[in-house]
Amino acid sequence: MTTATLSGTTVDVDAEGFLTDPAEWTEELAAAIGRENGIPELTPRHWQVVNYMRTTYLDTGQAPSIRSLGKQSGVPIKELYALFPKGPAKLAAKIGGIPKPRGCI
Amino acid sequence: MTITDHDLAQLTAPAAETEPKTIEKVSIVISKGSLEGVYPGLIMANGARMEGIETNVFFTFFGLDAITRKRQAHIKVATVGNPGMHLPTVVGAIPGMSWAATKMMARKMEKLDIPPVPEFVEMIADSGAGIYGCQATVDMFGLRDEDFVPQVTGVLTVGEFYELAAGGEIVFT
Repeated sequence: MTTATLSGTTVDVDAEGFLTDPAEWTEELAAAIGRENGIPELTPRHWQVVNYMRTTYLDTGQAPSIRSLGKQSGVPIKELYALFPKGPAKLAAKIGGIPKPRGCI
Repeated sequence: MTITDHDLAQLTAPAAETEPKTIEKVSIVISKGSLEGVYPGLIMANGARMEGIETNVFFTFFGLDAITRKRQAHIKVATVGNPGMHLPTVVGAIPGMSWAATKMMARKMEKLDIPPVPEFVEMIADSGAGIYGCQATVDMFGLRDEDFVPQVTGVLTVGEFYELAAGGEIVFT
């Protein structure tokens, strides 16, 4: 395990930069992870996706699939990719401070 | 011991690139029209977009059924000539077997949140992947533009496909 320092806080991350403890997450941290991953500012639409990812993970222990993300987050697939061009599920999980989704869909 | 030209070439060759490489672009060919022939390519295409990889999907031969309006929703598991089904051929040939196997598979996939073919193709197109038909197959089956689902970006010749695939990986399924 390694640590990363983002916006002045040191957190534990895995090799790909995903937080290993969701409890260490803060909103400031989310913004900093976003900036590091090519999203200069998190808009309310970004937040809607990130919050849905994080809440689903904390409630169920599993990150949602891209299919349910498109159906249930309130942000359709097309827009998801416009918001997170480098992979919506992966990036929203990273910004939301939860582990990288392991599903194939 | 003598040193051959081959040895010399090896000694003077530049060291292999050590930079970790990532896949930036992929072109997936779907050539089969059975359920088990179509899904792997769709899953790989969707998965590529999920990783932020530029993706094109090229449907050829019976694979074209997956983007054909009338056939897209009726793609079935092959229960005959498919050793993976572990069914004797005569059993697989009983009327309704393919239908039943397809139903069963669909239920299992729904549980895993894998969408049915029409929704899957739409999802992949919405993710920004290009969806293409193969010109030779279109000519052979006598298909017209209106036979295709609206997500189809265009129909390409093999040459155009290679142009489109340039600079990326090609996966044939």
